[in-house]
Amino acid sequence: MGNKQTVFTPEQLDAYQDCTFFTRKEILRLFYRYRDLAPQLVPLDYTDKPDVTLPYELIGSMPELKDNPFRQRIAEVFSENGDGNMTLDDFLDMFSVLSEMAPRDLKAYYAFKIYDFNNDDYICKSDLEKTVNKLTRNELTPEEVSLVCEKVIYEADVDNDGKLSLEDFQHMIIRAPDFLSTFHIRI
Amino acid sequence: MHTSFHQLIQEQSSLVEAVLELEMQARGRGKNSPILPCSPMAAHPPALLLPAGRSRGAIISQYYNRTARLRRRSSRPPLQQLCHTARPSLRQYDLETDPARATLEDKRSLLVKELLSLSPSQRSHMLLTVPLSLAEKRSLSPQGCRGLWYRLLSLLPAAKPWHYALKQIGGRFGSSVLSYFLFLKTLLMFNIISFLILLVFVVALQAAYPPASTSPQSFTGLELLTGAGYFTHSLLYYGYYSNDTLNDPCASRPNDSACPLAAPPFPYNMPLAYVFSVGVSFLVTCVLLVYSLSCSFRESYRVGSSAGDLAIKVFCAWDFKVIQRRSVKLQCENICTQLKELLADQQSRSRSLSLCQRLGHFAVLLLAWALSLSTVLGCVLAVHYFSEHMHAVSQEAILLVLPFMVSLLNMLMPHLYNLLATREKQDSPVAQVYVAICRNLILKMVVLGLLCYQWLSRRVVCSTEECWETCVGQDLYRFVVMDFIFTLLDTFFRELVWRLILENKLKRKQKPEFDIAQNVLELIYGQTLTWLGVLFAPLLPAVQTLKLLLLFYIKKTSLMKNCQSPSKPWQASHMSTVFITLLFFPSFLGAAIFLSYTIWSVQPSETCGPFQGLENIYESGKTWVQVLEKSNPNITWFVWVHQHLVENTFLLFFVSGVLLAVIYFNIQVVRGQQRIICLLKEQIANEGQDKIYLIQKLHSVYGQRERCT
Repeated sequence: MGNKQTVFTPEQLDAYQDCTFFTRKEILRLFYRYRDLAPQLVPLDYTDKPDVTLPYELIGSMPELKDNPFRQRIAEVFSENGDGNMTLDDFLDMFSVLSEMAPRDLKAYYAFKIYDFNNDDYICKSDLEKTVNKLTRNELTPEEVSLVCEKVIYEADVDNDGKLSLEDFQHMIIRAPDFLSTFHIRI
Repeated sequence: MHTSFHQLIQEQSSLVEAVLELEMQARGRGKNSPILPCSPMAAHPPALLLPAGRSRGAIISQYYNRTARLRRRSSRPPLQQLCHTARPSLRQYDLETDPARATLEDKRSLLVKELLSLSPSQRSHMLLTVPLSLAEKRSLSPQGCRGLWYRLLSLLPAAKPWHYALKQIGGRFGSSVLSYFLFLKTLLMFNIISFLILLVFVVALQAAYPPASTSPQSFTGLELLTGAGYFTHSLLYYGYYSNDTLNDPCASRPNDSACPLAAPPFPYNMPLAYVFSVGVSFLVTCVLLVYSLSCSFRESYRVGSSAGDLAIKVFCAWDFKVIQRRSVKLQCENICTQLKELLADQQSRSRSLSLCQRLGHFAVLLLAWALSLSTVLGCVLAVHYFSEHMHAVSQEAILLVLPFMVSLLNMLMPHLYNLLATREKQDSPVAQVYVAICRNLILKMVVLGLLCYQWLSRRVVCSTEECWETCVGQDLYRFVVMDFIFTLLDTFFRELVWRLILENKLKRKQKPEFDIAQNVLELIYGQTLTWLGVLFAPLLPAVQTLKLLLLFYIKKTSLMKNCQSPSKPWQASHMSTVFITLLFFPSFLGAAIFLSYTIWSVQPSETCGPFQGLENIYESGKTWVQVLEKSNPNITWFVWVHQHLVENTFLLFFVSGVLLAVIYFNIQVVRGQQRIICLLKEQIANEGQDKIYLIQKLHSVYGQRERCT
């Protein structure tokens, strides 16, 4: 069966396959990418489940993420403690959700968490302002930013509570067929 | 007011009393309340009513409910309930509100139990889509979740050709330019499948049993362009294929005498194989195309309004695939520009155009369309005139002139259409692109239509040839090769030369942009030519495969060196759907109609090819059925099926009727869903109002309580 790898036990690899959208080959490739970030910290043998966490600075320096304005939020959302430091499980989870095969609802859930800067389960006006500023690199004037945020809330808020809940966000994402192709990182 | 609201308020006010008492006790004991911290309790007693956040417990409960519903197969509440009550959520059992299952561990064990009771495929799907962290999922996952089939599939070498190249392109140019290369990959797959079918069933066998033909002419380099000369009597064209049964030892004897050989080796009926292989490859292509079309449609077609552009722009415009620093900077600038434009647009939409302006706009549109249609007519007349006069000369290189002219027109006219489209101010830049595509497509299809008519009627083209199918095949080969050469020239001039001009002469920092629509239409045109020519030149899919492979690398190199990322907003998934629709609707269906007409109505040539002397190609099938009937009386059912289903036109009408009924049914379903969406939106707005009302009511209840104590 070509089972020559010694990094994971077969059960571990099967579990990873079941819980992510990756095949065995891709999981191993991703492991080596994770290890390349810090070869001295990450052991080559994961069979005894070592507790290794890579700091955010290393994750944020990956070529796929280093110029993304939302990289810090992405790392925070997928890390266990919300501080951006990721274990291998978090790393695999992140790229699995951001892969081509992840369904729309799953991506929408994580996108919502990424754009929710204050982690209160609602995208309020301040979260939106931060998002717009990151998108445009602060090129818009504060009045324009404020106008954009008001209009976004007006368009997307269905239950009229002045902020976007997960359901509002998902409802809006359904109307955007491009979301699946833009919320996608190739690794 | 509805009685359930009344009950709810009573319940909550009693809860408020209970919590207040506890808090008094806690205050008396001099420490914080164990249930809720002090300040939120004092200021917002209705915090109890607000929905729980997306905590782990909430997600597990939500997925438990979903799994349970899946198991019980009651996924939607009946419609009547929606009309009569504003709170269907109160009617269903919700794990979140069940006080008996409060702890996380209980909820988790319940979810695992439910997961085990589902079927394996449902279970794996549910596990993949639940938004919990990987560590949590691994603790939830029962052993051996994925089916055996999936495991076997993952053992196959996961051939991801060009994975790194596509990543590079997406990283620098984004999803829109990537969609062109993905489309090229799809076309390559179609061609490889057609080629393999024809190779295995037709070409390889004929190559193994070559006919005794005339000695081939010597090979000069011109054959690669014209397809004539050395290639005329080769596997490339129809004329080479024999019309009898291969490998049949009785072939040389007359039909009636018995064949004394004891164990006949496997005889192979070449005409039948030829027509069936072509038919099967078209059928397989059709099935694959319809499948990709439906997948594409499912993702990109949306029922509902198009309002909410700004929200969609803010949340979905950032392309996470773009990773190069300069492209990221450009993307930020683009989004900034688009947001500004959208804001300005929304503010100016309140002003409507005056009657004079609208008439002017309409006149400009009319003029532009008249101009483009007249250019199409002009091109068609030019092609017709040229083909009539060109065949007077019979030198070999002259054969290239007609393909040259058609490709030249196809290259130059779209620039004119693009220019026209920029002059007339359309409502949106996307509409501009669509109009340009439409005009380009009309030109290409009309010219191809004229050529098809000329090939089939053979009044001017191939009129003197004995083996007219080979002649038509050669013509199509020339068109395919010339199309490739002109695509290269187009890339060279539009990208490389234009970039050099911009940099050196005009001293602008901008590089040319990759024109996605124009390139995709060129691909569709090339593919149409291949499909038209499959019957006359069975190796044409191989030529097209080679062409697409070279095109991928050349376009990629030119893109990387000469182009910049697109500045206009481009809905990548929408355009992919449009491209594949265009590939199916005028291109593939047109080729299929051409093929059907050729098979059913056109008389094949007398002296060459697998269908010599027959009245039409379809007759070979009919003859075979008759032979079957005579030789084996047990399969009269097959003959009956053939006579009554395939030959009878009633079946066609019946199938069309059924198809129309299915389409009508689906349209009604979509309309019904639109109505439900409106109703549900109203309901959500009403629930929001209810929430506000209840909060205010509870404030007053709490205020009363405080005043009383």
